[in-house]
Amino acid sequence: MEPVTPILEFNKTCVSYTKQTMAVKYVSAAIDRNSITAIMGPSGCGKSTLLRAVNLMHSLYPNIRVDGEILLNGENILSMEPIDVRRRVGMVFQRPAPFPTMSIYDNVLSGYALNGIRLSKTEKDETVERCLKSVALWDEVKDVLNKKGTFLSGGQQQRLCIARALAMKPDILLMDEPTSALDPIATAHIEELMQELQKEVTILIVTHNMGQAMRISSKSMFMYLGELVEYGDTAMMFSNPSDERTRAYLTGKMG
Amino acid sequence: MDKLKIRNRLAKDKALLWAVCLLAALTAVPLFAILGEVFLRGYDQLSWSFFTEPTPTAYKAMKAIEAGEPIPGGIANGIVGTMLMLGMAAVVAIPVGILCGAFLAENSKSRFAQTVSYLTDLLQGTPSVIIGIVVYIWVVVPMKGYSAIAGSVALFIMMLPLIIRSTEETLKILPASLKEAGLALGGNRARVMLKVQLPAAFGGIFTGVLLAISRVIGETAPLMFTALGCSFIRFAVDKPISAVPLLIWEFFNDPNLQELIWGASLFLLLFVLTLNLLSKYLAKKWNQ
Repeated sequence: MEPVTPILEFNKTCVSYTKQTMAVKYVSAAIDRNSITAIMGPSGCGKSTLLRAVNLMHSLYPNIRVDGEILLNGENILSMEPIDVRRRVGMVFQRPAPFPTMSIYDNVLSGYALNGIRLSKTEKDETVERCLKSVALWDEVKDVLNKKGTFLSGGQQQRLCIARALAMKPDILLMDEPTSALDPIATAHIEELMQELQKEVTILIVTHNMGQAMRISSKSMFMYLGELVEYGDTAMMFSNPSDERTRAYLTGKMG
Repeated sequence: MDKLKIRNRLAKDKALLWAVCLLAALTAVPLFAILGEVFLRGYDQLSWSFFTEPTPTAYKAMKAIEAGEPIPGGIANGIVGTMLMLGMAAVVAIPVGILCGAFLAENSKSRFAQTVSYLTDLLQGTPSVIIGIVVYIWVVVPMKGYSAIAGSVALFIMMLPLIIRSTEETLKILPASLKEAGLALGGNRARVMLKVQLPAAFGGIFTGVLLAISRVIGETAPLMFTALGCSFIRFAVDKPISAVPLLIWEFFNDPNLQELIWGASLFLLLFVLTLNLLSKYLAKKWNQ
């Protein structure tokens, strides 16, 4: 059997906000293609920081340093142009953030507009329908495509944001606690959706919710104080964690 | 004993509350006094011809006063001049101010942006009469004459810091997630600014522009050095031109035209109040 090349690989990745302190310390891990990988850990452990390093969000803030390597299909993204990386790495944020001045239709296509890519009317229509269908939003909004995205409920807005990211056909979808601002029903919808989506895209998700990690992810990372404490099969980690800190977190003694 | 103390404290509290309310009401007194004065003296001069006809000559006005008739003519030359100069100033000040404000909001930490920001504050605090005299040296002298262009340059300089500030402040209070979401889709900073941030900030920026207009529309001193004034309706941009605040000053200096002061003042006051109320209303509407 041919070895599967990891789609994304952290190689001694470090992120520091100031010279003295490191928020992420020497994280090394390989992410499997077409899977869901969860990043867990108590608040302030560096999980969002690690996630945001993958689409070079840190380059917006000049005092943040990212060291080591992050390989996307074998290529180090830290030496690539942010615009290039971000087109291949989509991101969904904690708070649903559809662009408030754009219609639902334009929100889905906003990635193209922001990249200056022109599409024909039919291409546009097809993209909007395909993406909204893949997030199971099409039936709910197909008659109100010209309404503003902000009229939708929180869960619908978040699905719209996922559709917007999928429209660019990314290799990887980063999700930063995508359901923490949603009610349980909307959360269940999104989780179900993610199971579907992993067929076409690799998902890396930061979550506070251990139940969520257990339900959806095939592998999990546990981070603590900026270190990657444990990384492995989710089921294995939950039933028999190898590190004492992981056990303490999973049993509710910490975090 | 304790009950008495508590009652005492409550009474003090009430007294203080009344004092505060009274003082707050007092601040509204000047506004209403001015409004009342200008309205009572000016409202009977407002008529259709007041807005469509230019200023009468002193001679005509004198004849009318002698015959006991109302003064003929109006302030149309001033309205046209004001609108023309405001329009020219705004057409340049709006894009320049918005771009500069966007730059300041995006790069608030860079030394250059901090310097520009400081200079903007200084410009905002510069007495308008000084702006007028400097524009006189810059524009009126080389062009060998007073002109609407010179007037609009002065108004442009006065509007600029107001638009820059309002753009910058509005962009800064937008949620950071909006910008990050735009960048996360692969947009470059310019596109994200143009397609996401500026549209989202439109309400605040528009309000700022309206306030900038209402702030400079009453400026008189800088126009004295630049636009000078003109007694007939004129659309030429390279010739001296009138403006409503200039007319008020001219009416004050001409005993035969003094009657017209109040009509012109009332028009200017109502215009500024309308712009202010409109901007408040829009700001509220956009914030919902």
